[in-house]
Amino acid sequence: MMKSFMDAYSAVNLMFLLKGLWITVEVSVISIILSYILGGILGFIRYMRIKYFSAIVGFIIDLIRNLPLILIFFFVYFGLPNLGLRIEIIPSSILALTVFESAMLAEIIRGGIESISKGQMEGARANGLTYWQAMRYIILPQAQVRMIPALVSQFISLIKDTSLATIIMLPELMYHAQIIYGQNTNYIIPMFVALAVMYFIVCYALSLFSRYLEKRIAS
Amino acid sequence: MINIIASHGSELLSGLGQTVLCSVIALFFSLIIGSMFAIFEVLPSKVLHTIGRIYVEVVRNIPLLVVTMFFYIVIPQYVASINGFVAGTIGLTIYTSAFIAETVRAGIQSVSGGQMEAARSNGMTYWQAMRYIVLPQAFKIVIPPLGNQFINLVKNSSVLAFVAGFDLMYVGNDIASTSFDTINSYLVVGVMYLIITMPLSYYMRYLEKRTNRGAA
Repeated sequence: MMKSFMDAYSAVNLMFLLKGLWITVEVSVISIILSYILGGILGFIRYMRIKYFSAIVGFIIDLIRNLPLILIFFFVYFGLPNLGLRIEIIPSSILALTVFESAMLAEIIRGGIESISKGQMEGARANGLTYWQAMRYIILPQAQVRMIPALVSQFISLIKDTSLATIIMLPELMYHAQIIYGQNTNYIIPMFVALAVMYFIVCYALSLFSRYLEKRIAS
Repeated sequence: MINIIASHGSELLSGLGQTVLCSVIALFFSLIIGSMFAIFEVLPSKVLHTIGRIYVEVVRNIPLLVVTMFFYIVIPQYVASINGFVAGTIGLTIYTSAFIAETVRAGIQSVSGGQMEAARSNGMTYWQAMRYIVLPQAFKIVIPPLGNQFINLVKNSSVLAFVAGFDLMYVGNDIASTSFDTINSYLVVGVMYLIITMPLSYYMRYLEKRTNRGAA
């Protein structure tokens, strides 16, 4: 047992795993940034209650939220080429993750803005701020603080969800681990231990950071 | 889309059946395991509390796919031969139980401490108070979040596609790759998932609103 661990964690294999982890982090970070922007816009549209438009956007958000992410990966990578749109693996993964997570984030952001009492907006407007100034300087900063825990846990989900992109052969951490234990069955358990540890470190660090952020803002 | 439904209807339905079956089984067992760890976390015992915390934090921070593949690859290798459906359901159960533990723990802690004290001062033991006073109230609070967990379960059960679990996603992908009509196959599969998840999610939203109004 000990020996198989030593062999499995050879320098070559560890480097290969870390390379996978790098792709995981890279794809996650890009998707987080894109889906935060897109989710913010969508959430805001839903919050604004523009006649018909907001309802339609809301319905689309609900549709996407209620689909499995794996289906969206399939759809983007294997489905779209049927319509003549072929996208490389990494952009496909980022696109699928962004579509799915921005729908999730839109709901969190809308809920966050709605949780700020109406009196805040009225007070700001009564003090002479325009609607957008009030939004920018009064409502959004407060909503931001309340949203931190939900946002960060969604970001953690996103990082974990990148592992599902192995189904379209994105060369990320999970995929690389599968390649390694595919060569030697003795490496199975060491690889799963490594996977668990690596994902745990990344995700748990993020959740600790969120707690720290909450405390710092609260004080 | 009509073509796909006409020629593969029965396969798709059996896939849907597997998806629902696996979700229901996983919900049942993850409720039991999750509630157990939730109770661990609120008990006065420091050791049990720590065990509960570690379980929840570890499982929540590892991807579902890693958990599921672990059971699919490792169990047949070292313990007993199980098929993809069983391995997938075990993986889903373990993964979901950590989220349910968090939900139930929050529910228990939201029942005010006064309830426990009042029950104890009326002569109940700790366990009687837990069983008859705190838990029934906690469960009422956690029903909408648990419903959302079930929706997540239905969506997450698509990892069975990775382990040949013959669920809706697996069947749908199979049809997509044999018929070459990928777009329509995935659209049909998407609609079938939505038939289950959409009504549930609107119902949960309605329940949440009603509970919130009751609280206010």
